[in-house]
Amino acid sequence: MTQETIIEHGRSQKNYWAEFWKSTELFWILAKRDITVRYKQTALGVVWSVVRPILTSAILFFAFGKVAGLPFEEGVPPKLATFAGVLIWQFFANSLSQVSHSIVGNSNLVSKVYFPRLILPTSSVMVGFVDFLVGFVLVIPMYLYYFFKQGFLPSWQLIFIPVFLAMAYLAAFGFGLLLSVMNVRYRDFAQLTPFIIQFGFYACPVAYSPINIENESWYPLYNLNPIVGIIDGFRWTLMGGHAPFRWESFIPSVIIILIVVFSSVAFFRKRENSFVDYI
Amino acid sequence: MNAIQVENISKRYFIDHQKKNGGPSGLKESLVTGIQSLFGSKPKESTRSEKEEFWALKDVSFDVAQGDRIGIVGHNGAGKSTMLKVLSRITEPTTGRVTVRGRIASLLEVGTGFHQELTGRENIFLNGAILGMKQAEIKQHFDEIVSFAGIEKFLDTPVKRYSSGMFVRLGFAIAAHLEPEILIIDEVLAVGDAEFQRKCLGKMKDVSDSGRTILFVSHNLTAVQSLCNRAVFMNRGQMVAVGETGQIITDYMSKINQTSLIREWLTPEQAPGNDQVRIRKIELVPQFEVGQTRIDVRTPVKLRFEFWNFVKNAKLNLSMHFNSMTGETIFNLASPQIDANPGLITGEVELPGNFLNDGTYTITMMIVKDAATVLYHLQESVMFEIDDYRGGVEWYGKWPGSVRPYFPFTIEQSEEVNV
Repeated sequence: MTQETIIEHGRSQKNYWAEFWKSTELFWILAKRDITVRYKQTALGVVWSVVRPILTSAILFFAFGKVAGLPFEEGVPPKLATFAGVLIWQFFANSLSQVSHSIVGNSNLVSKVYFPRLILPTSSVMVGFVDFLVGFVLVIPMYLYYFFKQGFLPSWQLIFIPVFLAMAYLAAFGFGLLLSVMNVRYRDFAQLTPFIIQFGFYACPVAYSPINIENESWYPLYNLNPIVGIIDGFRWTLMGGHAPFRWESFIPSVIIILIVVFSSVAFFRKRENSFVDYI
Repeated sequence: MNAIQVENISKRYFIDHQKKNGGPSGLKESLVTGIQSLFGSKPKESTRSEKEEFWALKDVSFDVAQGDRIGIVGHNGAGKSTMLKVLSRITEPTTGRVTVRGRIASLLEVGTGFHQELTGRENIFLNGAILGMKQAEIKQHFDEIVSFAGIEKFLDTPVKRYSSGMFVRLGFAIAAHLEPEILIIDEVLAVGDAEFQRKCLGKMKDVSDSGRTILFVSHNLTAVQSLCNRAVFMNRGQMVAVGETGQIITDYMSKINQTSLIREWLTPEQAPGNDQVRIRKIELVPQFEVGQTRIDVRTPVKLRFEFWNFVKNAKLNLSMHFNSMTGETIFNLASPQIDANPGLITGEVELPGNFLNDGTYTITMMIVKDAATVLYHLQESVMFEIDDYRGGVEWYGKWPGSVRPYFPFTIEQSEEVNV
């Protein structure tokens, strides 16, 4: 039986998701393209994935920890805590900007070939993920350092790392997807994205702990930012029980991420067939 | 059973006309109107953009049977490419419906998604996947693709270092090894040198002989004629006729104007030149035989020129360099000298048929004073293409040389020996 395709205005392909899953090869090859191309013609290559989080953490530790003197929780190694925040934040921020750029950046494909368009934003996250994994390796020498310095040991919380990675991925995907669709029509959003990222860097507990603000009256509002829950949670997994698990940021984060992902996928599906007319 | 069934397809676009300050319709405009309405004031008339409807396709219907090779012909802007975009699901129709039975692959461009930084090898896998091939299929055809493109030595070189010819050959080679049930092709043969084009056409014939359905859009009517059994003639978004290729092409040719190879400047202010002379017009007029629409090696061509002279009592003549695509001058034609006064100077010269070989040529025009000083010269004043034509069966390969004279030959067997 040959497959039958009906092309009509506003028709959602019944087998869209089947087609999407069948395109896994395209998913991987696009991801591989982005990763291979990333450090072409650089002398340091993948070392950049290590250098960036180290330098960022160092300057943040200097500014927030030394100059501003903001404390972390009792028993939490401050350098490690800063580094953890930077790692997960950079994963989120890189993914967000990749996803939001994925449709316009691949306009040569979008205007010439059909494939489930969702492949583009989903696969574009892989670059940031590889960066994250490379950077994450540095956690091991930091653990050794704090073990010998103060007998610090990580614990069972480590197994929850994938949960917070998945949340960061979904948050970047959800928000990025909205931006990617808007970006097709209005390139203003390409200008806006770096600004959102810069703004978010200070609005989220990347370089400080919520311990400094948890007594403020507006603290529940602060927790409505879904990225707060991700960073708090990721930090909790690495701190061997010294950092508290913050339900107050975790629950809003999960709810908001789910809402954003579902609505942005629906929005994307509604618009994807007309991308080429506006790109 | 029909492979493709097109029913009343229309496609509408909106063209934005800015009423005021012609900037692009952007977020700003939406924000401004939004904010104005927030404060209760009505959005001003002047910030609204006026949208004009444009139907790129209007009520097009036709059927493509399994194994048909359909050519789509028509002018620029006739809606051919929009049609292909709808059929290949790149954009959706505004109304109407298409039913496609079978795996479809579309080739609207050679080397879609090639990444400059990646090597030939990496790009084969990337492009193949984008066109819908499985990695296993690509591996299976890998060696054929490489040898068809002739890039064995450059497999591990980034494609940004490829010549444009290599780039195109690689792109086509990958696409040629696609094995869909329905193949959609747009104008890809318009690139590459003549020999490679012939190779591509041959490959496409192989594909169609294997019983697959092909939709082919091209300006190259010879290609359409040799490849397709049926054709669709489109004009201004509507389907004018569908039927047997020969018939449709005759219809089409009777409707298109003579190829105009002309450059013309209406006033001396716009015209190229200087305060002594300015060129008004250069026109190539092919002397077609009945039914012919493109210049081929047999076609005599008239070259007409007009220029303004602003110098009194000047002894002027005109010189034309005929250049090949590689930039060499093949020959020079010089007009007789004229005693010119301010005003318009016109003239013409005829190149006989059976003279230039097939290829693309440009003409450099020079206006010379006193047989010694070049007053003005215009490079690439016109560019024209001469198609190949073989009457007999002398040779199938590329015809070498810059000129292709047709001199009377005699050849005979003067003696026969029994062996």
